[in-house]
Amino acid sequence: MSILVYAESWEGKFKKSTFEAASYANQLAKDLNTDTIAVSLGNIDESELLKLGEYGVSKIFSYSNITKSDNKNSSIVLANHAKESKAIIFSNTFSAKMIAPRLSAKLKAGLLSNVISKILNSNNFTFQRQAFSSKAIETVTVNTEKVIITVSPNAFEVKTNPTNCEITTNDENFENQFSIIGSETNSGKISLSEAEIVISAGRGLKGPENWGMIEELAELLNAATACSKPVSDIGWRPHSEHVGQTGKAVAPNLYVAVGISGAIQHLAGVNSSKVMVAINTDPEAAFFKAADYGVIGDAFDVVPKLIEEIKKIKN
Amino acid sequence: MNILVCISSVPDTTSKINFTENNSKFDDNGIQFVINPYDEFGLTKAVMLKEKNGAKVTAIIVGESSVEPVIRKALAIGADEAVRINMKPLDSYSTAKEISNYVNENPFDLIIAGKESSDYNGGAVPGMIADMLDLPFANACNGLEIDGNEVTLNREIDGGIEKIKSSLPIIIGGQKGLVEESELRIPNMRGIMTARSKPLNIIEVNNPTIMSESIQFEKPAEKGECKMVSSDNIDQLVNMLQNEAKVI
Repeated sequence: MSILVYAESWEGKFKKSTFEAASYANQLAKDLNTDTIAVSLGNIDESELLKLGEYGVSKIFSYSNITKSDNKNSSIVLANHAKESKAIIFSNTFSAKMIAPRLSAKLKAGLLSNVISKILNSNNFTFQRQAFSSKAIETVTVNTEKVIITVSPNAFEVKTNPTNCEITTNDENFENQFSIIGSETNSGKISLSEAEIVISAGRGLKGPENWGMIEELAELLNAATACSKPVSDIGWRPHSEHVGQTGKAVAPNLYVAVGISGAIQHLAGVNSSKVMVAINTDPEAAFFKAADYGVIGDAFDVVPKLIEEIKKIKN
Repeated sequence: MNILVCISSVPDTTSKINFTENNSKFDDNGIQFVINPYDEFGLTKAVMLKEKNGAKVTAIIVGESSVEPVIRKALAIGADEAVRINMKPLDSYSTAKEISNYVNENPFDLIIAGKESSDYNGGAVPGMIADMLDLPFANACNGLEIDGNEVTLNREIDGGIEKIKSSLPIIIGGQKGLVEESELRIPNMRGIMTARSKPLNIIEVNNPTIMSESIQFEKPAEKGECKMVSSDNIDQLVNMLQNEAKVI
């Protein structure tokens, strides 16, 4: 028996969300009195793989010649290693969302997405997950022999548990059902879905030329930048930055909303954030009802002051 | 070309969420149900492909008779016919399984679902269908072109876009970018009238495989009052974020 975690990497590197998933898997392994094993897909160095040992993984199976977009073969490989596993753990990323459902169908194992609790009853698979755009928490039980879980980034803390870790590599080639003809990534930027801090701005900024201060604030805090729907619709910012319903859902530790009124559709994508700050000229802005901290004021006055104050504490 | 669009019926985002029967059931009293917003992009894309290249568009929904207004709306937007699988969609596996069973009997060249539904945000159904039918699958698609049998699509990945070439038949999970928000179709009077006479086939289900069971719902802890800080005292805000909330 074991708990299997999919150790996702990006250009040969793990991210924090990988270690969160590994820590979650290791906690579940302790609760069910078993070991944690991992599968890694794609080219990656041994030194990077060994980092998983810090989070309690005792065995790693590394497939260097498989790309994670190839969700068919990825799920076949994971299914092979999950034969003895009680649970398979993913971080809720774009590729996990392609692989986990396939794995669920293959293994006939119940799939729970957006899980926010540890196992609640070790005699059956009972967990809590988010429902209705974080407006509710659902307790749910899975009645299959194995369970597949995706955990939201930033929902669980990384916990170290140094363990001796054994690596098995495999360089078998797989035939993909489609060909990847290109990709564009701004690799320098922090990924919005797993950023710990998100600085987001809306129409209150009056024009795309004014985003310099938002980017400066984000850089100071090692944060990702985001925007409201109207701003992405007008084309001031790229669609990939749009958070809220029909855009991205985010769950950072800190979400700062500058000049965003707080429409329900926007809040649906951000209300899993741990702490929210609203900055708005309109004292009636709906965001003040959802936020933890609020400043009534003009972005062009407040944001530069905020940058100044953050610089002071960072020095 | 035969296109299948998977439609999910979800509570309108502005709905107040409540529960009944000791917080064990979602209270749908007074709730306005709508087409899942992510599905609308796929439905409009299918209708546009039909207008451009000629195609038959079928909309499919899993649900009891109460979801019929939602699937009729898909017909009013431009689907040619609709299928309702008569079962409460209790979990993603049974939903995917029943749609797969239908597609096994009635093959399609292109299946479009939403990247996720706006109620549970699980995004599991299209991937499960892909595996059950052994189809290529791409999720979070924000661009799709079809030329003969060849499919070129863009899908969102962390911090960017991946371009993929594949061939029909294929299943995708769609989102904004398949079509733009401004291109989304709103049913007009003629669409609503013709929708009434379009075929709506009802499929009965025997013993669906349900893998998960909902036990209870609760609402997240109420947020405390928003602490207001004067724009002249931003140092206080930073101090609270650092020492009280401990997030910077």
